[in-house]
Amino acid sequence: MILPALPILIPLLTIIFLLFNFQRREWQPWIGLTGALLQLALAIFLAVQVKTQGILVLHTGNWEAPFGITLVIDAFSSIMLVLAGIIAVSVSIYSIDAIDRQRQSFFFFPMVQGLLMGVNGAFVTGDIFNLYVWFEVMLTASFVLITLGGEKKQLNGAIKYVSINLVSSLFFLAGIGLLYGKTGTLNMADLAMKLSLADNNVLMNTSAVLFFVAFSIKAAVFPFFFWLPASYHTPPVAITALFAGLLTKVGVYSMIRFYTLFFVQDKLFWHPLFLWIGGLTMVIGVLTAASQYDIRKILSFHIISQIGYMIMGLGIFTVAGIAGAIFFMAHNIIAKTNTFLVAGLINRVTGSYDLKQIGGLYKIRPWLSILFIIPAFGLAGIPPLSGFFGKLILISAGFNAGEYVISFVALAVGLFTLFSMVKIWNEAFWKPRPEGLPPYEGENENLPVSMVIPVVFLGLITLTMGFAVKPILEIAMNAAGQLLDPKIYIQAVLGS
Amino acid sequence: MKSYITQLAATRLLPVTLILSLLVFYRGHNEPGGGFIGGLMAAAGFIFYAMAFDTAEAEKKLRVSPLMLIVAGLSIAFISTLPSLFAGNPFFTGEWISLSIPLLGKLKLGTPMLFDLGVYFTVWGISVTILFNVMEE
Repeated sequence: MILPALPILIPLLTIIFLLFNFQRREWQPWIGLTGALLQLALAIFLAVQVKTQGILVLHTGNWEAPFGITLVIDAFSSIMLVLAGIIAVSVSIYSIDAIDRQRQSFFFFPMVQGLLMGVNGAFVTGDIFNLYVWFEVMLTASFVLITLGGEKKQLNGAIKYVSINLVSSLFFLAGIGLLYGKTGTLNMADLAMKLSLADNNVLMNTSAVLFFVAFSIKAAVFPFFFWLPASYHTPPVAITALFAGLLTKVGVYSMIRFYTLFFVQDKLFWHPLFLWIGGLTMVIGVLTAASQYDIRKILSFHIISQIGYMIMGLGIFTVAGIAGAIFFMAHNIIAKTNTFLVAGLINRVTGSYDLKQIGGLYKIRPWLSILFIIPAFGLAGIPPLSGFFGKLILISAGFNAGEYVISFVALAVGLFTLFSMVKIWNEAFWKPRPEGLPPYEGENENLPVSMVIPVVFLGLITLTMGFAVKPILEIAMNAAGQLLDPKIYIQAVLGS
Repeated sequence: MKSYITQLAATRLLPVTLILSLLVFYRGHNEPGGGFIGGLMAAAGFIFYAMAFDTAEAEKKLRVSPLMLIVAGLSIAFISTLPSLFAGNPFFTGEWISLSIPLLGKLKLGTPMLFDLGVYFTVWGISVTILFNVMEE
């Protein structure tokens, strides 16, 4: 039995190959891409395995469950692994031409694989301290990626990013320490069992709050989101796309895992809190986005606003609500990464991300505008694209659960999201270019094929998710059902 | 700081630190020590050498590039996980063999030690890389 460890081992092997061939710069993208393709294939295989055989469990080192580190892949993990694989492949293809030579020869690809190793590790682990370790692996790689190249504004953004993330790690570690002191275990399934039997759960809330703050910072949730728009627009767009797709979502993943598996005792306190936080995150993210004129900044603020929807799904806490959160997360990872990749294409043509400097792209690049419309209107929630169904599932789950306020807030925020996307559309594609500016740098150049392929690929996934809602929603429902019945997870890990 | 005394000391101390680092590495499984601290000690010898001469000289003395040390370390750590698979045990299970060598007595070798050797090389390579870069600034 090695299957559950493979999502970690494949990136590790890829790193070894990449470092071994460090001198051959032209090989680097291809080795990285091979690793990413293998990860995607493996993730799909694992998802099928989980579907047919149930939860996959591996007790590493032959140490039985509460003592050793257990790797667990349930339906939710397997969905996240597939999404991580899709993003890995897209970003690996995109970076062949989008990342300059110098960055490529300074460990860009090994660091991307290191980040993927951390992300995959966080998705498969069943141990809270091990989860902390994978967070650190992921963050260390992201620290290097965000500063790679060493431009002044990159370092400026990186300082905020690094310092706030270190604070969040501190909270995370403090939470683990308290929980371990109280229960004497780090294994998630064992924790779930012990906490469900314990009668005095007030003390649990201390560590639950520490975890909540830690994950809120990682996931960029209100009121801890400020680091994200201050840093995400600084590195090259391929790196931002990778971060936007995966990093915050690992925070959301951990939050959903923790608050469905073992912090489930104090429902009356936590679920209204999640709804409040989710609503505020949505509203503030979308309102601040409206005042921006840099494409990457608009998109960064939208990451925050969309995280709010996922937290809302967790707060509703019905099967439909959690399934909506999972569906929305899948939609968001794909569409968000894609919008950043398209922003990179816009920059390739115009040489700028500033909406005031550009315009008239529809005339010179009609295809590019279609490539932009798919993910952007997907994010805004126009039917029949994936975002519409994501929001529909969440909002109808909210109405069914009697949470009317948050559902109306979610509806209103959808409208504002549309406003922002239409703004980018109008300014970049529709309006004529401001007069008196020199012609675009890349007006007559063809866009590199390697940068267009991932955009088309992700766009097709967004379309497919819109047209094949039913089967995908069934997968999400299945995962949500598993999450809301912790007994299945506990039994798979600890035995009967 | 180019002084004949430190240069001589660094040259003579280099083999000593390397041997000591291996000893510390070997006793690591049951007593204080292990791959991490051993790797740091091995790096310390070369860093002292680089302080006495310069980093280029120290890199020459190291013969292989620090990056290759990291690659070797990661590969060894990866290989150490494979025997458990061939033995049919769960991933990462520690597999042991014990050899009896004349004069020395029993020698227990196992995959945890191999993994630790990977840690040794990785830590050695990374500390040397970082400190050489800082010293060149």
